[in-house]
Amino acid sequence: MTGTVPLNAYLILSAALFAIGVIGVVIRRNALIIFMAIELMLNAVNLTFVAFSKFLGSMDGQIIVFFVMAVAAAEVALGLAIIIALYRNKESVNVDDINLLKG
Amino acid sequence: MEWLLFVPLAVLALATAALVILLRNPIYCALALVGTFFALSGLYLLLQAEFVAVVQVIIYAGAIMVLFLFVIMLLDVGHEPPPWLRQDRPKLVLGLGLVALLVLELAVAIGSWIAPGIRGPYTSDYVNAVGNTQLIGRLLFTEFLIPFEITSIILLIAIVGAMVLARRQ
Repeated sequence: MTGTVPLNAYLILSAALFAIGVIGVVIRRNALIIFMAIELMLNAVNLTFVAFSKFLGSMDGQIIVFFVMAVAAAEVALGLAIIIALYRNKESVNVDDINLLKG
Repeated sequence: MEWLLFVPLAVLALATAALVILLRNPIYCALALVGTFFALSGLYLLLQAEFVAVVQVIIYAGAIMVLFLFVIMLLDVGHEPPPWLRQDRPKLVLGLGLVALLVLELAVAIGSWIAPGIRGPYTSDYVNAVGNTQLIGRLLFTEFLIPFEITSIILLIAIVGAMVLARRQ
């Protein structure tokens, strides 16, 4: 195993991480775990951005990752606040129990 | 040499990511996710993105995961039954089928992608000579100044919104 790692290796790893995140959203019912799976998907995309940034000789990807992280931090703060508010009303974080908007 | 670092980090990232969605105790899931963040941070270092690697550890592994752990401990969420014991199996199969479709699509996209060969000005040597963090700082305060300022507004709104949402009525 010598030489540099090609771009495709990073893309495949990133796609695998993204797929694991999607599977997590599909199979889990705990709102907190679903949230963690979404974070996993955001990180997979960040890896793609940084890999492209390196291999195309551009800095824009890393700047975008900075913005993604800032928005992810805001998203986590708001999402967890919503989960806490839901838990106060429903005594549960299972997404099957949360059907307030169901007709 | 690069492969010697890439393969263990990639395996660590995939293994801990799988643990996040498979473990039943949410605390263990959160700790596994910290492992994924550290592995990705190592990969960013391998890609010569030092600033992103450090920010990854500080923001994700530091701030965001601590927030997650706080909420998990605050809510006493308990364990959920494993997915294969659930009642709504058709829905689960449909969802996993869609995931398989997505994986197929990603595989085709990666397989058919051809590098355009357009190289930007930030070559490896140039970035090493000037410094990764210095370049990012310069770009943030010149070319990306307005998005950068908007980010601060987003964070302010998030702080206020979180206070309002989580407040006891």
